[in-house]
Amino acid sequence: MFRFAITRIAVLLPTFIGVTVIAFSLIRLIPGDPVELLAGERGISAERHAKLMQEMGLDRPLHEQYLTFILDVFQGDLGKSIRTKTPVSEEFFALFPATVELSLCALLFAVAIGLPAGVLAGVRRGKVFDHSVMTVSLAGYSMPIFWWGLLLIILFSGTLGWTPVSGRISVMHFIEPITGFMLIDTLLQGNYAAFNSAVRHLILPAVVLGTIPLAVIARQTRSAMIEVLGEDYVRTARAKGLPPWRIVGLHALRNALIPVVTVIGLQVGLLFSGAILTETIFAWPGIGKWLVDSIHRRDYPSVQGGLLLVASTVMIVNLIVDLLYGLINPRIRHAR
Amino acid sequence: MALLDIRNLRVEFRTAQGLFPAVDGIDLTVDEGELLGVVGESGSGKSVTMLALMGLLPWTANVTADRMEFAGRDMLSIPPRERRRLTGAEMAMIFQEPMSSLNPCFTVGFQLTEAIKVHQGGTRRQRRDQAAELLQQVGIPSAASRLSAFPHQLSGGMNQRVMIAMAIACNPKLLIADEPTTALDVTIQAQILDLLVQLQRERGMALILITHDMAVVAETARRVNVMYAGQQVETRPVDSLFDNPRHPYTAALLDALPERASGKTRLPTIPGVVPGIADRPGGCLFHPRCRFAQQRCKTNRPELESDRDGRVRCFFPLDRGEPTDWPEDAESRGSAA
Amino acid sequence: MTVDANAVQETDPEAQGLAARPMHPLVEFWVYFRESRGAVAGMAVIAVVVIVAIFADVLAPHDPTEQFRDSLLTPPVWAEDGSWAFPLGTDAVGRDMLSRIMHGARFSMVIGLVVVTLSLSIGIGLGLVAGFFRGVVETLIMRLMDIMLALPSLLLAIVIVAILGPSLFNAMVAIALVYLPHFARLTRAAAIGELSRDYVTASRVAGAGLPRLMFSTVLPNCLPPLIVQATLAFSSAILDAAALGFLGLGAQPPLPEWGTMLAEAREFVLRAWWVVTFPGLAILVTVLAFNLMGDGLRDALDPKLKRS
Repeated sequence: MFRFAITRIAVLLPTFIGVTVIAFSLIRLIPGDPVELLAGERGISAERHAKLMQEMGLDRPLHEQYLTFILDVFQGDLGKSIRTKTPVSEEFFALFPATVELSLCALLFAVAIGLPAGVLAGVRRGKVFDHSVMTVSLAGYSMPIFWWGLLLIILFSGTLGWTPVSGRISVMHFIEPITGFMLIDTLLQGNYAAFNSAVRHLILPAVVLGTIPLAVIARQTRSAMIEVLGEDYVRTARAKGLPPWRIVGLHALRNALIPVVTVIGLQVGLLFSGAILTETIFAWPGIGKWLVDSIHRRDYPSVQGGLLLVASTVMIVNLIVDLLYGLINPRIRHAR
Repeated sequence: MALLDIRNLRVEFRTAQGLFPAVDGIDLTVDEGELLGVVGESGSGKSVTMLALMGLLPWTANVTADRMEFAGRDMLSIPPRERRRLTGAEMAMIFQEPMSSLNPCFTVGFQLTEAIKVHQGGTRRQRRDQAAELLQQVGIPSAASRLSAFPHQLSGGMNQRVMIAMAIACNPKLLIADEPTTALDVTIQAQILDLLVQLQRERGMALILITHDMAVVAETARRVNVMYAGQQVETRPVDSLFDNPRHPYTAALLDALPERASGKTRLPTIPGVVPGIADRPGGCLFHPRCRFAQQRCKTNRPELESDRDGRVRCFFPLDRGEPTDWPEDAESRGSAA
Repeated sequence: MTVDANAVQETDPEAQGLAARPMHPLVEFWVYFRESRGAVAGMAVIAVVVIVAIFADVLAPHDPTEQFRDSLLTPPVWAEDGSWAFPLGTDAVGRDMLSRIMHGARFSMVIGLVVVTLSLSIGIGLGLVAGFFRGVVETLIMRLMDIMLALPSLLLAIVIVAILGPSLFNAMVAIALVYLPHFARLTRAAAIGELSRDYVTASRVAGAGLPRLMFSTVLPNCLPPLIVQATLAFSSAILDAAALGFLGLGAQPPLPEWGTMLAEAREFVLRAWWVVTFPGLAILVTVLAFNLMGDGLRDALDPKLKRS
């Protein structure tokens, strides 16, 4: 198991270096140079331009610049935002919990519905329930989620007035961030009205963000179930006289989960793509919205740092999923 | 009274091309403590018969029979819950592929104790001890430590022993072994067979040994049931069957045994294959491959008739290799082949 | 079920006739494809969308950019105050929704075509090179693809658009780049699989040159998974381009691209449901049609699933 983990980490290293190269090139690929960008539309004198270039080390050869960049990165220095002048990492980690909270709830929603639906569809293969699940999940998979979000706003916020349109919590409540997770912070402070508000703000974005993962998980679970139910060991389980719930829920599901966990892991990258759109629709103050805003404001150090941090997060999550995969699949755990 | 009594069992599969009779009127009786061999080529319906008895067929299968009784209970009308109480406890089954028949995600110990837990209960500790003892009985060395092993960590032969241990865990009255040695190395095959026969004797349970290997039957069974294309063609005690096979198919199977073909340069084979869904012949199902087939064999289907010490499904059963009761105008031998 | 197959050949004269004259691959494909009702429905919808895209100028009742100043935010015809002049209503500046959606079909089809063509041709090239020249070249190419896959696809597309500047064409380039790794990986895997086959060795022994070996011996046998992936990429491209348009990083107003229309409609979401509903519905239906067809293609082209 330990060796398994080490090899997985070793494979990730070159990928991480590659991502730093992409992030590093980003600022240098944009038409115009960073100093002009910093100066903005007011312009800058040639003299000051040269001085700033030297200060920022932009007059040195590229490989030296990259070395400085990567050393800074490993010390946690990702540069400063052009707009707010605060360190990029600080901004990122202030907003990060909001995105994590949203993504986790979305994933929870997707698994809580997608997994049982997929299992049941697989067991009732070819029946009406199966066809309905497959049709609905294909529609979910094809859903433009930015439109889906708007539709839900029309229905639940507009017509029914059940949920707020945007934000993480009503402006009536002020919550001192402790963990950064609104659901946890409100509870820690014993403010149940605020907790209620936070939940109501969270529901629609989580449903929207969870829609595509739900569809993918349901379809994957179904096909894994169908495959597993035809295996010899399921017949053995039946020959033992086990009750049906134990055959499906234990013997079959345990094996079907192996590919499903992989797929759930793969959703993390997809989830972030979705978070960019969902946070934009619901004005959710997270990383996705921050990145899009940064691009619109041409705040490239923020984009660069954000790109690096998001990529690292996705890679770390994928690594965890890989290790988890080893845990739930005994055949991998014991192989070298 | 017989432990197992099956009369006129039919199993049909609903397929895209219509109903396919995989089992076509099988009669089967097994007494307590008896060892019955069931022989036939692939596709002859041996496994399907047993799966029907165990209730393990997919939903596309139609099972009908005049009678299907096990230990005095009617297995056709038995409610699912009742049936589950019997399967795995009073009748158990082991399969052809030991590697894929055990769940790769659970330890041997878990799968073994699970069978005990469902049927007998008991404390965790009791079940664990019983499982270790069972592994010892089926000849697995350092049994207690193997309980925490996963199936992929054991060899095919070991896995089959685990399957056997699982099957006998609840002291079944009937054990069905469906080609238990086919997937194993030749050296292991004999060991597993010996183990099965030994357990059958020690425990006094009935054993149905399904195989396509006549040699295996000769070494183990007391009575043999020969199947062809979903039908029973001959059944009788093993000595008499080997000594004087009465159905041409049985005779052909025996001729194909290397042990009995001494002196000949080439082993005789049976031309053709078992009929499939699209080409079930009229008349006797074996007639297209039978050396002795007559006009009557092509038009009428023979019934299973009793004789001295068994039953045979043939209009002209052999005696010492020669067909009996041939019609006056019999075609010369071999013309139909 | 080998027994059955043999048996059919021996006895059934009709089956023998069939076996002697194998179906043309395209006919065989159609037989399997037709079995899936969803796939056929998907193809029908795609045909309609393509026809609308081609004849948008003739079919659309109005010019997509013409602003009818005296009928702003007119609801669709079946609602109160609706009019037959604007069957699906008008947007905030009085443009006819139906005409805009019809012209939007053009953009979506072009986006899909351009993205898939770019991504497929470059991906096949990279994949074949990686598959044929193992070693350093392969490692370099595949590592680069891994790095691209490590980044969330929309984020990568956004960053590329940020570098190139927001426009419809740049959005297409960005999306094509993002899809590249899928095609390259698929081609490489298929090529390596085919390279070990005897027919490739035979071709090599017969003296086929490298380009011939690559493109006319190996590539045709790698195509089925690529065709399926291309169909699915077509639908993803429409979705992602719409997403970029929605974020203001794709097609720019006043182009009637569906995502861009949604971005413009956002502020009216609680006032005029129709400006939001119809463009999104158009995206959903088109994408769904391509995914349905992709599923059908996969089933029809996957030899593992073919019965008999």
